[in-house]
Amino acid sequence: MKLTLKIWRQANASDKGALKTYELDGVSQDMSFLEMLDLLNEQLLHNDEEPVAFDSDCREGICGMCSLMINGEAHGPEVTTTCQLHMRSFKDGDTITIEPWRAASFPIVKDLIVDRSAFDRIIQNGGYISANTGSAPEANSVPAPRDKAMRAFNTATCIGCGACVAACPNGSASLFLGAKITHLGELPQGQPERYSRVQSMLAQHDHEGFGGCTNIGECASACPKEIPLDVISQLNKDLRNSMILG
Amino acid sequence: MRAVATTTLIKGARSTRSTIALKLLMAASGIVFILFVLAHMYGNLKAFSGEMAYNEYAEHLRTFGEPMLPYGGLLWILRIVLLGSLVAHVGSAVALSIRAHAQRPVKYAVKKNKASSLSSRTMRWGGVALLLFVVWHLLQFTIVKVNVGEGGQTPQITENPYQLLINAFQPEQWWMVLIYLASMLALAFHLHHGTFSAIQTLGFTNTAESRARARVAGWVVAIVVAGGFSLVPLFTVFGVIS
Ligand code: HEM
Ligand code: SF4
Ligand code: FES
Repeated sequence: MKLTLKIWRQANASDKGALKTYELDGVSQDMSFLEMLDLLNEQLLHNDEEPVAFDSDCREGICGMCSLMINGEAHGPEVTTTCQLHMRSFKDGDTITIEPWRAASFPIVKDLIVDRSAFDRIIQNGGYISANTGSAPEANSVPAPRDKAMRAFNTATCIGCGACVAACPNGSASLFLGAKITHLGELPQGQPERYSRVQSMLAQHDHEGFGGCTNIGECASACPKEIPLDVISQLNKDLRNSMILG
Repeated sequence: MRAVATTTLIKGARSTRSTIALKLLMAASGIVFILFVLAHMYGNLKAFSGEMAYNEYAEHLRTFGEPMLPYGGLLWILRIVLLGSLVAHVGSAVALSIRAHAQRPVKYAVKKNKASSLSSRTMRWGGVALLLFVVWHLLQFTIVKVNVGEGGQTPQITENPYQLLINAFQPEQWWMVLIYLASMLALAFHLHHGTFSAIQTLGFTNTAESRARARVAGWVVAIVVAGGFSLVPLFTVFGVIS
């Protein structure tokens, strides 16, 4: 396949940046999207040009490192991560616009790489269950109801990729936050810190500059792990309860 | 609540100072508005029962609660509650809009809307349109009592709620009917997403089923309120109410 790529190029955090157009030939349908970018970078290196900087790590859809806004959709047209997106989702002759996640709280480092450490700080500020050191308790001695355990498992699949923020017109991280709050809040071990957790994680979310949620739903449709919108309702409910009980 | 990227962790979090607290304020004030528009729409439909019934209803609103309340007391209580809700609703809308714009200083060159509805994307401008309409509507029927129809500003019309209504929507003033219908369309949009959004903000949509029910509630409230309000101008301009 032959493609026209419009890619955001930005030398560093303070550079203004612009979309630059490239022609790429010899793309196979079996390549992943990132392998297609690898091919472009080989071509650029061959021509003594600066390769395009983009994030990736596991390349198997589990780490959350890859990103990219592809033709206006986070991680492109399929419900998956960019590393698991394949070129068979595109046609010969297509023009593909590739942009970084756009959010003030995810500042651009270079080209398509953004700094997502704001998410780390949200986790650091309460996104865990405190455990005493010493011998580990018998796992089966704390029963977890099946439905709650399933919901905790499903929401624990969030890989912290930031697609929800990228897709949200308000730049809100409510889906990410809701996934963490639901995951920890559904488990018996998560109860003691339930209300202080939602307060401090939300305060960090707001402090980082993420926007407020308007329940538009773009986040859930962009999420590669199909985290549903009801985690945001859960987040709101926990915060409301924390005002009274916390 | 300042929008800056930092590396510090926040201590002593206060839930009342959060973005979700603003949303709760917006949802609560929005529900006050929904209850109000439902009651107001019901009152308007009295126009179908004729001049006597309509004016009696208007008078009844003023004598309601006497002698516990002074004449017009109930209306003043309502006005204060509604004004307070408006300040809370618009105040939090403005604060959250400013945050949202600060978070995306550089726009996407290409951005697809996949899940959001037209109504959800027009909440802010639609809200401004509603505010403009409310200002005009109050000037026309409550504060100045502007009679755009025949008879001018005579007391026979301005002191008679039914006549003021009928004269507003005569065929010669077809544009007034259009203003009201357009405003009701804006209201329907705002309520379609607003009702769903308020239920979700209050944390009542924790399953796929309850979320689907909240969406249905949005449709029902939008159609009942905007449809109910539209009946009176429409039936007046076509001469059924006269
Ligand atoms: C009759 C008048 C109004 C009614 C019945 C109404 C109702 C509502 C409701 C129920 C919500 C949902 C709250 C939530 O998101 O949880 C809402 C949201 C909102 N309203 Fe209003 N409102 C009215 C007037 C206004 C006005 C005058 C403005 C602005 C100037 C406004 C701006 C907004 C905005 C920006 C939102 C948030 C959008 C969102 O949550 O997606 N509204 N409104
Ligand atoms: S909720 Fe989904 S889109 Fe958001 S960070 Fe987690 S996995 Fe990514
Ligand atoms: S590189 Fe790990 S999820 Fe894509």
